[in-house]
Amino acid sequence: MATIRLTVNGKLRSVDTEPDRPLLDVLREDLGLTGTKYGCGEGQCRACTVLMDGKAIASCVTPVHMAQGRRIITIEGLADGGRLHPVQQAFLDEDAMQCGYCTPGMIMRTVSLLESSPRPTEAQIIEGLNVNLCRCSGYVRVISAVKRAARAPHKKGEEAGHVN
Amino acid sequence: MSTDPEVLVPERYELREAAACRSVMNRREFLEVAGAGLLIVVTAPCAGAQGVAAEGTLAARLHINEDGFITLLTGKVEEGQGPRTELAMAAAEELRVPLDRVKVVMADTELVPNDGVTAGSRTTPGTVPAVRKAAAAARELLILVSSHQLSAARGSLEVRDGTVTAEGRSLSYADLAKSPELAAAYKEALPPDTTLTLAKNWRILGTPRARLGGRDIVTGSHRYPSDIVRPGMLYGSVLRAPSYGAKLLKLDLSSAERLQGVHAIRNGDFVGFAAKTSFAARKALQSVAATAQWETVEQPSSDVLFGYLKEHAREDQQRPRGSARGSVEEGLKQAKRRLKASYTVAYVQHAPMEPRAAVAEWKDGMLTVWTGTSNPYGVREQLAQAFSLGQDRVHVIVPDMGGGFGGKHTGEVAIEAARLAREAGHPVSLRWTRSEEFTWAYFRPAALIEVEAGMDATNTVIAWDFANYNSGAAALDTPYRIGNTRVRFLESQSPLRQGSYRCLAATANNFAREAFTDELAEDAGRDPLEFRLSHLDNERIKDVLSAAAERFRWSERRKKRRPGTGIGLACGTEKNSVVAACVEIEMDASGESPRLVEIVEAFECGAILNPANLRSQVEGCIMMGLGPVLREEIRFRDGRLMNGSFAEYRVPRFSDVPKMEVLLLDRKDLEPVGAGETPIIVVAPAVANAVFDATGKRVRSMPLRAARG
Repeated sequence: MATIRLTVNGKLRSVDTEPDRPLLDVLREDLGLTGTKYGCGEGQCRACTVLMDGKAIASCVTPVHMAQGRRIITIEGLADGGRLHPVQQAFLDEDAMQCGYCTPGMIMRTVSLLESSPRPTEAQIIEGLNVNLCRCSGYVRVISAVKRAARAPHKKGEEAGHVN
Repeated sequence: MSTDPEVLVPERYELREAAACRSVMNRREFLEVAGAGLLIVVTAPCAGAQGVAAEGTLAARLHINEDGFITLLTGKVEEGQGPRTELAMAAAEELRVPLDRVKVVMADTELVPNDGVTAGSRTTPGTVPAVRKAAAAARELLILVSSHQLSAARGSLEVRDGTVTAEGRSLSYADLAKSPELAAAYKEALPPDTTLTLAKNWRILGTPRARLGGRDIVTGSHRYPSDIVRPGMLYGSVLRAPSYGAKLLKLDLSSAERLQGVHAIRNGDFVGFAAKTSFAARKALQSVAATAQWETVEQPSSDVLFGYLKEHAREDQQRPRGSARGSVEEGLKQAKRRLKASYTVAYVQHAPMEPRAAVAEWKDGMLTVWTGTSNPYGVREQLAQAFSLGQDRVHVIVPDMGGGFGGKHTGEVAIEAARLAREAGHPVSLRWTRSEEFTWAYFRPAALIEVEAGMDATNTVIAWDFANYNSGAAALDTPYRIGNTRVRFLESQSPLRQGSYRCLAATANNFAREAFTDELAEDAGRDPLEFRLSHLDNERIKDVLSAAAERFRWSERRKKRRPGTGIGLACGTEKNSVVAACVEIEMDASGESPRLVEIVEAFECGAILNPANLRSQVEGCIMMGLGPVLREEIRFRDGRLMNGSFAEYRVPRFSDVPKMEVLLLDRKDLEPVGAGETPIIVVAPAVANAVFDATGKRVRSMPLRAARG
């Protein structure tokens, strides 16, 4: 057992846990943040995507000790009170979900993509999201949602406020 | 509601168990609406001595609440295909209220009527009419009660936006909900002659509506079956055999029993663990699994699959499926040209993003299970049988779940979670790993299809002999006008556990039929489009085929050939909807693998209920249907899967998305039928036909193996 300290959605958290447990399990089972999903446990589907120090990672293959002292953002940490993050709003506006189980991972990946490429081309969107699987296969709508999010006006540094 | 006796289409692999007995609705005073968190006071107290809402009454289907909201009750399951929104639209339409005034309670065996398995595209033709009839009857009742309260003639009353108005005076649904007259009427049987709103007058149905509950999904607050948490809950893991059919000989549980906080459970061949974290449950499992000794049995491998299926076909099956017209022997004898071919389709896995999951809780002799299944009442029955309980002691709840595609009709994870919970004395959450989902969930059946046809001197098909081994009878018959036909489905002995899948064998049968139809057209020297149209009587198929071909500019593009590319088309019908697609593919640099470059797909399913969701379903079917024609294939040897992970079993992803155009033909004059499945059946044959166009090589397998050399 070890005590892991990490910042999750802006709050400092301390967790007593086996250090090699997946970050995903700790988020879901210890911190009650079930918005991040298990899809494969191998980093192959990315339903478990969260941001660690602003970078999209597969939390299912990230041992929690790797998150020691890091800043984690999960899907629950994106909205600002009742106001959705522009990427969340874009997914909602484009109805870019069927069962929705992959959606949190898609949204987190998109937030990360738009940080590095605020105005991505379609090829960049496909390349950026290609590791995220959707078995309802609603990829067309997701591409539209990412484009919409990229067009959305938002204050400079808004995402940075969440991410950094 | 008894108005919807769920008669599933006659497909072998759908679960068609007898309907479970009607639920005991003993918690009707208060309904907690999932997701919304609202506590709604239900107007109509339960009828009957034990608080049972009688079948076929309004009380069993919907409630007008004192806040003016409508609560709609349905046994259908939301798994991404859109029934929550569609059924809410149906109720809102007939009750003349905005869509956001309807709350839908789904798939809770204590609260809702049994609407059957969510399968076979039956929600639209079965449950939507049941909901519309109930909502229309409620509307008429509200008008009747208003006419009494306002002392106005019924004909002078107008209903709009949840308010009944007569000569400047009005009553809202919220006012009316308090009426004892309404409560009394709720206990009566529904009138048989309720008038439904005609499609041409729809204001909500027929308009594009986004998925209800979307906000909870984008914020991560919706709780899928995997996300349910109960007080004192533990996490489970279950020991699996190393290969199919292996028997457990010996096992040492002591290593797990020594672990603090771990419950090690053995009950016959069932071995499982419950612990405070899923990590601890997995560790306990790993330590014990290392001590297990197994007796394995010989199993066929995927290398010899299709010969195996043919050898084990049961010609003398008890329920032979198929049909015949004229004499196929005579037709083949008369034919001037005869062609014969065999097609194969590999096993594929549904691989929904959310693997099977269940949370089970025992309390006061009552078992409650939250689980992901399309079959809540069937799972209740399975649980009752497994634990020798009366069905009134088992409560099954299905939160909107993470995909199904026909792959979650069974209750194995629910039973496992309940076993662990009973032995551990705590609620237990059991979530299958991806590896378990690949290996132990059932597969779409593999198919061997043998087909022979004959044409006369005018290159018209006059004989058609078609046999499907193992995969099923869906869309078995040909839609083409052929005088002498014989179509058969022969059951076989499947090496793998097989079951339902989106559109079932309609994909395999349509793949073989449509690819072979192209072979006939080629042999006859006729254009595939013209060849099909000349053999079709079904005007609806002709319409979608013509629509797709026109938008694709089929005839023009047939004349312009580009090296390394090819075009193909296919059409078909199943579950009373019709579909056609034209595609362009390009072969990769090695000339081995095709890539779908463009698809135009036209679909018609009667009057369109929700065009937004319909478009999503067609787009999803196109992309999902692309997997098993390009790459998806379960490989197995000695009872083990060789590729049971997303790393090795490659499903479609963003980079596979082609230029896509979906044409939706709206037939307001036809009854709406289901749409979540049929759009998938033309993707594989259209791609296969385009590969032939590009390479001159006919590939008769799914996936298109030979094309890869």
